[in-house]
Amino acid sequence: MSANEQFGFLDEYAKKEIRRTTLKAVAIPGYQVPYSSREMPMGRGFGTGGLQLTLALIGHGETLKVIDQGADDSVNAVNLRDFIEMTCPGINTTTLTDEADLIQSRHRIPEKPLREDQLLVLQVPYPDPLVVVEASEDKRKVLHGEADYSRLLVKLYEDIVKFKEITISHRYPTRINDHYVIDPSPIPRWDVPKLHNSKALVLLGAGREKKIYAVPPYTRAIPLAFQDVPFRVENFYDAKGNRRTCQRCNCDTSFLDEYIDSESGNKIYRCSDADWCEEQLSKNVSEKQLHEKVMLDEQAYDRQVETAPSSENAYQALDVPQSADEIQGVINA
Amino acid sequence: MGYVAIKGGSHAIEGSKIAFDHLRTKKSDSSAPLDTDTIEHQLRLLHSRVISEGGIYHPRLASLAIKQAQGDTLEASFILRAHRSTVPRLAETDALDTSNMRVTRRISSAFKDIPGGQMLGATTDYHLRLFRMDLLNESPEQFQAISKSWMEDLNLDSIPDTFPKVVEALRNEGLLAPLEKQKNQPKPFDITREPLVFPLPRSAALSTLARGEQGGLLAMAYTNMRGYGDIHPTVAELRVGYVPVMMPHPITGKPMEIGEVEVTECEVVAMYEQQDGTPVFTLGYGACFGNNEVKAISMAILDRALQQGMKHGPSNPSEDPEFVLMHVDGIDSMGFCTHYKMPHYVTFQSDMDRLRATQEKQSMEETL
Amino acid sequence: MHKVLEVSGLSKRYGEGCPSCFEKTGPEFDTNICPDCGSVVAAHNLSFDLYQGEILGIMGESGSGKSTAVKCLFFDQEPTGGSATFYDQDQAYPLFSLNKAQQRRLSNHRFGMVYQNPHLGLNFDISAGGNIAERLLMSGVDHYGDIRQRAIDLLSRTEVLTQRIDELPKNFSGGMQQRVQIAKALATNPPLLFLDEVTTGLDLSVQAAILDLILEIQHQEKTSMIVVTHDLGVIRLLADRTLVMKYGRVIESGLTDQILEDPQHAYTQRLVASAL
Repeated sequence: MSANEQFGFLDEYAKKEIRRTTLKAVAIPGYQVPYSSREMPMGRGFGTGGLQLTLALIGHGETLKVIDQGADDSVNAVNLRDFIEMTCPGINTTTLTDEADLIQSRHRIPEKPLREDQLLVLQVPYPDPLVVVEASEDKRKVLHGEADYSRLLVKLYEDIVKFKEITISHRYPTRINDHYVIDPSPIPRWDVPKLHNSKALVLLGAGREKKIYAVPPYTRAIPLAFQDVPFRVENFYDAKGNRRTCQRCNCDTSFLDEYIDSESGNKIYRCSDADWCEEQLSKNVSEKQLHEKVMLDEQAYDRQVETAPSSENAYQALDVPQSADEIQGVINA
Repeated sequence: MGYVAIKGGSHAIEGSKIAFDHLRTKKSDSSAPLDTDTIEHQLRLLHSRVISEGGIYHPRLASLAIKQAQGDTLEASFILRAHRSTVPRLAETDALDTSNMRVTRRISSAFKDIPGGQMLGATTDYHLRLFRMDLLNESPEQFQAISKSWMEDLNLDSIPDTFPKVVEALRNEGLLAPLEKQKNQPKPFDITREPLVFPLPRSAALSTLARGEQGGLLAMAYTNMRGYGDIHPTVAELRVGYVPVMMPHPITGKPMEIGEVEVTECEVVAMYEQQDGTPVFTLGYGACFGNNEVKAISMAILDRALQQGMKHGPSNPSEDPEFVLMHVDGIDSMGFCTHYKMPHYVTFQSDMDRLRATQEKQSMEETL
Repeated sequence: MHKVLEVSGLSKRYGEGCPSCFEKTGPEFDTNICPDCGSVVAAHNLSFDLYQGEILGIMGESGSGKSTAVKCLFFDQEPTGGSATFYDQDQAYPLFSLNKAQQRRLSNHRFGMVYQNPHLGLNFDISAGGNIAERLLMSGVDHYGDIRQRAIDLLSRTEVLTQRIDELPKNFSGGMQQRVQIAKALATNPPLLFLDEVTTGLDLSVQAAILDLILEIQHQEKTSMIVVTHDLGVIRLLADRTLVMKYGRVIESGLTDQILEDPQHAYTQRLVASAL
């Protein structure tokens, strides 16, 4: 892949515009600042907004972490991280939340509370929570300006009337600094409270919709709700009332991904935040044991890769019965 | 340096790239790799479309984009557009005068005959859509013979260099608003440098449409043509050709031609309205890179519809600037459509949680 | 008595306008279209005071300018001349000098408007309860239970079956839609209520019920109201004082009883005489 000579892929004019837009966004918490979002080599919808922020802000010698759904090795995260590394020579990358100066994330905020010296960039598909009640951007601007979210709140009211619950799952509308209501990006409700009084600056970038907005540090971020129908996070309790735990590290305080185990067919739960899971695991296991475990995992994986069958030999390699007799043999066994 | 343990993800991406390229070379024993000239000329109209949607006039790279994207026009336009993001801006020309176009095709539906004549040029308009089976086994010799026969007996002097604009005739008669007023317009809006904030100037609408995805533009224009709108357009002129790009000489300051770009331009005359006391015809304008007639006509109709909508309020979707202009860009729409294939399991987890809570509440109520 | 609204020289003209517009239009000229420039003088030189707990009637036939006047006061239209001051909670608000945000705040919190056409006053995409909730939410109430209860209270007050609170307005009859509108307008206890032809087109018994409701509200809440209508019967029943308008001008004003018993202007006399 060929890339521009420029550090950070974008030309200086573009980076300057992004930084100015970001300053304005921080100065007006929750306000969606329009900018002329550039086309990037990855598709709109793949995080070009977050990417432009990262490229404009990260510097030589700084450390980057990129996650998608909480995982560093998810295809989207891998793609973005590779691109940023290639276009920003001299930066470091890490999977450790602790080590990162800038974290670009899709759909999750790390479980570990961030510090004042860290920066979180969230990828946003829809910046405007009012888009469900008003199609015209022109009219939405006026509603935001007057902090008139009554039509959005009526939607919540109608929800409660119909379902006795607020049914918004992710992208929960959240009021910043007591004025602008934002769409905090498709993070689960679980992560919304992390925005409130966060030590780290949280920036949100929408590439396709061409908006940047921010939740500055130590700012009020209150999810919309009613006094008597409060905001609720996801429920990880089973039918008996026990809090589910991560099958891998045993944690009972994190957001869990639900899997169907391919062998048993049962539901299993694992931490969504990969680095958090690693950290919890290392707390359960001694350092030496952990090191050994990691080495063994690596070796096993490499072996798997080396001996992975080529397409022609696939059948033989997988011990699939080749003849009727063999099949009969398998059945009789 | 931090340690990144990459598992499945990047291997999968690598494998995917290899598989994609493999498909391109499947018939490697019986066919040759495409070269950029083949694409530019034998797939000329596809090529035009990609240049137009990519928004950068680079015929060779457009061919490469088509080859690389294995013919997907959205992907190819995307590659070109992304490249454009990296190219520095060296200069800006003044607005190009299309009356200086080196015309290859030029017709008018408004008049039976026009100064310079109706030049049909190369078009499929009057083709019978029957298969030419002889093209199935075209040999290189037959191929070259067609090209050679064109060059014989060429009468180069019988065609004028430029053709007057039909709309000039309408202007001279006072049926169309004079050009002078239009020349005093502010600088065109640069959609690649400024964010789109509504209400938009007409130049922003036109430049958005010019890079718009052809199918989307056609569909929206069709809603207007077919009944939603009342534009009743007549094509005053449709011309295709090469427009010289003029820049001032760095020393003498004299305007010099630095190259030419292929452009399709369509001017559509629509219903008349009052402008400063005198009723005149209104003009819809469409122009794009390459030979793209459906696009230029669709653009002109949408231009007129949007002007109408911006003046009197939209009376149907094709007149609504937000509805049209936010949805015609192929790179934006395709990107977002494609993104649905990315992992969404955390948000889905959240959705499942809500549904389960709601179901639980309902079943609790039922048992009460 | 506490003055709620003071209107002075309210004027609304559509079109380019010229110096002779006001001189050559009006009831004496039998037109509100300026003969020189074609502009329409919808209302001109409208002045009146409104006191707390009072119902002012504005009566006239179609084209008299009565609706236009009220639309200007409710910020649906912009006047071309005149002033209006709203007195509320020891503050004076010069209505036409406020910016859009301030105007919206006033109209959300301190005014109520009921239109002849329910589509203008109700949101047909949300339930009846939702319409009332919207108004409460706009004024800052954030307790779901309170909102729900208030909506139920208001609907029962306006005699809408509370079981229908979650239905969409399009399922309601015209009379019921008007009641929901009134409930919505009352949600924030506004001191000033505008009612524009609210009973026109409804069945007589339904009209009577709604008029009764309006009187009840006046009596119980001491709400000041401006009632716009062409119906003499409505004026007779509701209005303490009345303005009679024709071709954009006020041709007669005073106590309703006096105007109906002893109309001075020829046009008023004709109106009163032609009442069924």
